[in-house]
Amino acid sequence: MDATLEAAPIVDLLRFATIGSVDDGKSTLIGRLLVDTRQLFHDQIEAVEQASRRRGVGDIDLAFVTDGLRAEREQGITIDVAYRYASTPQRKFIIADCPGHIQYTANMATGASNADVALVVVDATAGLKEQTKRHLCIAALLGVRHLIVCANKMDKADWDHEAYDRIVDEMEGLQHILVSKSVTVIPISALNGDNVVEHSSAAPFYSGPTVLEALEAIPSGVWAGTHHGTSSLATRLPVQWILRQPGGGRMYAGMVDGAPLHVGDDIVVLPDGLHSTVTEIMTPNGLCDSAGIGLSISVGLADDLDVSRGDMIVGANDLPAVSNEIEATVCWFGTTRLTAGTRFRAKHTTRTTPAIVSAVTAHLNIDDLTLVPAEMLGENEIGTITLTFATPLAVDDYQRNRITGSFILVDEATNITVAAGMVGPPGLEK
Amino acid sequence: MSPQKMINQPIDHLDLLESHAIFILREVVAECERPVLLFSGGKDSAVLLHLAVKAFEPSGLPFPILHIDTGHNFPEVIEFRDEFVKAAGGQLYVASVQESIDQGRVVDPGHGESRNRLQTVTLLDAITKHRFDAAFGGARRDEDKARAKERVLSFRDAFGQWDPRRQRPELWHLYQGHVTPGEHLRAFPLSDWTELDIWRYIERKKIDLPSIYFAHERDVIERDGMLLSVNEWIHPRGNETHHSQMVRYRTVGDVTCTGAIASEATTIDEVIDEVITSTVSERGATRADDRFSETSMEDRKREGYF
Repeated sequence: MDATLEAAPIVDLLRFATIGSVDDGKSTLIGRLLVDTRQLFHDQIEAVEQASRRRGVGDIDLAFVTDGLRAEREQGITIDVAYRYASTPQRKFIIADCPGHIQYTANMATGASNADVALVVVDATAGLKEQTKRHLCIAALLGVRHLIVCANKMDKADWDHEAYDRIVDEMEGLQHILVSKSVTVIPISALNGDNVVEHSSAAPFYSGPTVLEALEAIPSGVWAGTHHGTSSLATRLPVQWILRQPGGGRMYAGMVDGAPLHVGDDIVVLPDGLHSTVTEIMTPNGLCDSAGIGLSISVGLADDLDVSRGDMIVGANDLPAVSNEIEATVCWFGTTRLTAGTRFRAKHTTRTTPAIVSAVTAHLNIDDLTLVPAEMLGENEIGTITLTFATPLAVDDYQRNRITGSFILVDEATNITVAAGMVGPPGLEK
Repeated sequence: MSPQKMINQPIDHLDLLESHAIFILREVVAECERPVLLFSGGKDSAVLLHLAVKAFEPSGLPFPILHIDTGHNFPEVIEFRDEFVKAAGGQLYVASVQESIDQGRVVDPGHGESRNRLQTVTLLDAITKHRFDAAFGGARRDEDKARAKERVLSFRDAFGQWDPRRQRPELWHLYQGHVTPGEHLRAFPLSDWTELDIWRYIERKKIDLPSIYFAHERDVIERDGMLLSVNEWIHPRGNETHHSQMVRYRTVGDVTCTGAIASEATTIDEVIDEVITSTVSERGATRADDRFSETSMEDRKREGYF
């Protein structure tokens, strides 16, 4: 870490994930970004240099900064997400460097599911590949609304203005479908560092921000992961755990989502629909009058109700839907086909419950991002299904709330998570 | 009752990290049958235990605390361990590497040699003996390139092994803790914290630490570019000489393989300044065990290390 970096506490946090096809340079870009912002310690750089020379890949293979597993270095690919941390005087970054291989799509979704921004890496000599589109599509479904697109390997493309323009055109064609709030396309060379942290004179046709400047310019998200203006949404507090007070009485522990919760608020406990009032809020900083999004709290209620883990305490002014059956969009990671009748263990907020697929309704065509009627999904396909749960769930549409609109499906035999689910139709425009 | 009026939106990233860690602690306790918290007496485990107490106030800690004792300890750390765990109201189990050696589970590497790697066997034996299905650890992803790859809830098979090529997807905040008997999870609530975050949080919450984290006069020898404390196990070899100087520890581990750094930082503020301006990583500066090979940590983690 460099002495010139700001010592004052950083108030601004941005989480971003790299996405794009294998070998387009995602890990190299993150290595470059970390080296050029001087986030790495001397011994870490030395270790990367040593490993690079030992494996005969030149003086320094920047991808080794994040590709830290033996198998990754042997093969020169990223297998699983690497998390790295960086801070500049402007903000603190949590970086998820995701794998590009289709085989590791579930790992990519793992990295992107909490991201505010996707750093899309495209090989400018090849353009947008199917896998790039798949990742763009998954990121959009996951609710990532800001894209920084790096037209990489511009040095190999002789800094050809047209190669850059082709990517700009392709992204313009997709922006509407992906419902992106912002798309910035930057011509870069991750290998040489052009337009990553320092402006480059190699692309006189480009006068926009560097990758770092673009990352610093995006409004920071809230870690809790909500989006689409959830301030209008009432409080959501999935109950995690019941805390017994020594003198009697119970406190309900959970993390606040949606609007802040106040002492005196009228609440409803779902799915049972019991009404009460908040009497007490305990935050990590002690007793408080209110608590906002992302805070882990425990609350006391005026009435002695039957509340257990998996129930949801919600603001009485805006209730989620309560149902045994939902329409959902899923990214399927299982190695077998997903068909109607398959049974899983579902986890939604803090509730785990058996679930059965009542129907597979459509699959998403990656080429044109349209839904095509289908009765099954293959590995790493995206589609829409109808799910029936053993217990009623309190859900919001994923487009309204990333916490109360998301769920996972777990294989009951292997305990492996096999699907990422989002309540409602895909968050894409036709 | 008149609770103090304050702004309750998360104010900075430390508040978010704190709440996220508490969320993880509560999820694991709810999802698993028999969790345990691994406590080394170092700064990360002190922060972790502090957060655990907070997560379950006023009910009290719903799990015991486990210390893997290599037998090569800093006395200041053992003293701190006992006081800190008592103040937290925790039940302490100690699993001893010496016992593992005496029982023939592992081979004594010899007087004064590092027992770091042997801890894995002692740890896995303790997990089996007490039938723990989840073990909280204070590991952070910024510590090492293999740790950077690990999930918050990290699955261990019946042999205690981590398979980095077969990690479970971990989406949103949906932590999934199901294991079958014999398998277990490692849970890392501090995954997204950096060394600097830990220190700033310690400063903010006034968390106690072992005194060796702050600069003090100590008799040391220089070996493999590290300053090792002269004690029962470490003596000058060959033409090594010992001398007294101001040092502090950046990490706490087995005495025989944990190096001190030259430092004048006697207060938290001074330590924070030192961390900000440091040019060498925490483990690079202080851990001989990470220097064996390119993938030391990955190899140990695969075997079931912390």
